[in-house]
Amino acid sequence: MARIVIDDLHKVYAGGVKAVTGVSLDIADGEMIVLVGPSGCGKSTLLRMVAGLETISSGTLSIGDRVVNDLEPAQRDIAMVFQNYALYPHMTVFGNLAYGLKNRGVSKADIDRQVRQAAEMLEITAYLDRKPRALSGGQRQRVAMGRALVREPAAFLFDEPLSNLDAKLRVQMRVEIRQLQKRLRTTSLYVTHDQLEALTMADRLVVLNGGVIEQVGTPMEVYDKPATVFVAGFIGSPAMNMLEMPYLKARGRLPDALPSGADLIGVRPDDLVLDALDAPALSLTGTVALLEPAGAESHIYVSLPGRAQPVTVRVAGVPLHLAEGAEITLRAPVDALHPFDAASGRRLA
Amino acid sequence: MVENDRWGTLLAHVILILGVFVVVFPVYVAIIASTQESGTFLRGVMPLLPGSYGWENYRTVILEGRSNAGAPPIGLMLWNSFVMAMMIAVGKIAISLLSAFAIVYFRFPFRIFFFWIIFITLMLPVEVRIVPTFQVVASLGMLNTYAGLSIPLIASATATFLFRQFFMTVPEEMLEAARVDGAGPMKFFKDILLPLSITNIAAMFVIMFIYGWNQYLWPLLITTDDGYYTIVMGIQRMVTGGDSEPLWHLIMATVVMAALPPILVILFMQRLFVKGLTETEK
Repeated sequence: MARIVIDDLHKVYAGGVKAVTGVSLDIADGEMIVLVGPSGCGKSTLLRMVAGLETISSGTLSIGDRVVNDLEPAQRDIAMVFQNYALYPHMTVFGNLAYGLKNRGVSKADIDRQVRQAAEMLEITAYLDRKPRALSGGQRQRVAMGRALVREPAAFLFDEPLSNLDAKLRVQMRVEIRQLQKRLRTTSLYVTHDQLEALTMADRLVVLNGGVIEQVGTPMEVYDKPATVFVAGFIGSPAMNMLEMPYLKARGRLPDALPSGADLIGVRPDDLVLDALDAPALSLTGTVALLEPAGAESHIYVSLPGRAQPVTVRVAGVPLHLAEGAEITLRAPVDALHPFDAASGRRLA
Repeated sequence: MVENDRWGTLLAHVILILGVFVVVFPVYVAIIASTQESGTFLRGVMPLLPGSYGWENYRTVILEGRSNAGAPPIGLMLWNSFVMAMMIAVGKIAISLLSAFAIVYFRFPFRIFFFWIIFITLMLPVEVRIVPTFQVVASLGMLNTYAGLSIPLIASATATFLFRQFFMTVPEEMLEAARVDGAGPMKFFKDILLPLSITNIAAMFVIMFIYGWNQYLWPLLITTDDGYYTIVMGIQRMVTGGDSEPLWHLIMATVVMAALPPILVILFMQRLFVKGLTETEK
């Protein structure tokens, strides 16, 4: 268990490609940080720099109270779970778990005890004598987890560990990993491109784009007050609707309360309502382009006159009274509006 | 169409049977000939049924030999061939594994250059560089030694390439997981790469053992001491050496004996061998 301090980390590849630019992050002991962003945003590179699998171009990285910039991965006291698990195919599950301990010169009796303890925690005791080939995807995932936690490292590093599992198993493992992490209170860095994973697992969320941090905050902070247009569009599904100020002024109704200079207004699909509001800050009229019932909720795509991009509305249940082509009015309260400056992409107030 | 098909099948089978006949018949003749008495061949008629001297001929070849006819007991020659083939197979595999490991996993200066140097050796088999190689071996005083028999044949690119191809299919994460697990380069090689390559090594061993066993020109050139004769060149000496007519019944018995070890190696390693050539263990 340890605090991890990332200070102004840069990664420039040999060809001059900048993968990570000036990332600083202070990770508290026992905290679960999720790095999220689109592919190529530098999240995996950042994780691999922390692991020691990628050299650090500049900046300092400390784990515990040590600067570990130049240490080998094994000396950093971290454990990593890989996307494709990277289990040793010729070793049994026991051998896979024991290998790291063996290399550290742990005594046979201690290895046996620690491996069994970890196996019990992950409920893989029954498979200890099997080879990875004879395991299902979910079981392999558990073994990969076991290999990480058997050493009781200072930090866990997860590199998209659930992306090779099917949807159902992914949800189950997500919950298990989070419970385990909370129980062990081990500092964790978790990389994913799945925003649902990010929102549900993180103590704090780090949204990366183009090698730069867009926003750091608790999942609810990031969701409720996205700091940039990028974050607003990336977190939340369906994505936030973005409406240009001139269009709104010409077509809809707007409150005066918006900060000056706001020329892009974001509204989450959940915040647009079809019913009358006491004092709607925004109201737009359009026609239903497409109805997408999804069981407990439905997505309504509303095309507005003079705009190519339809607006997405999420409502509970299935709106039986609506048909495609029907004219509807959308309204939103003032506190549901996210004002942005289009030029800088930053949030205003 | 049906008729066409039938004739096609028939033709195919005739060709295949002919092919099998061409391969098998000489082997059959060798086995038959090794069971005849010495005088049979002088009559110029090749019998096609086994004779009754098999037991005696093989006993002669293995235990007594006919030194005056250029045919010492074959035990020593078989042993020499075995030592040479083993040294070549094991040496080649060891060197190839290490060089492939270096080329795939290390970034050292002139890496590509060395890669091409190794590649070029493919174009220079022993037969091409035989004169300078002989000079070198002679100068090093390795004539009539096991080292002289095997070392010049060990340097080889084929096995290096096979292992290089295999190493490149091992996922990068495997190496990274091992690094996180505290394994240094040689530990990774020993604990992870070697066990994963075991089927490839077996396949390579079979191929290289037979390659070494069948060497003819090189041992012929550098051995003058009959304590280092190999079985393949021994057969040649039995045919041309000695003052008398070639003792075909004994030569054929020797031929059959010489063909046995490679067959045994294949039989014993067949399972691994086939696996190594057809599938890679993931």
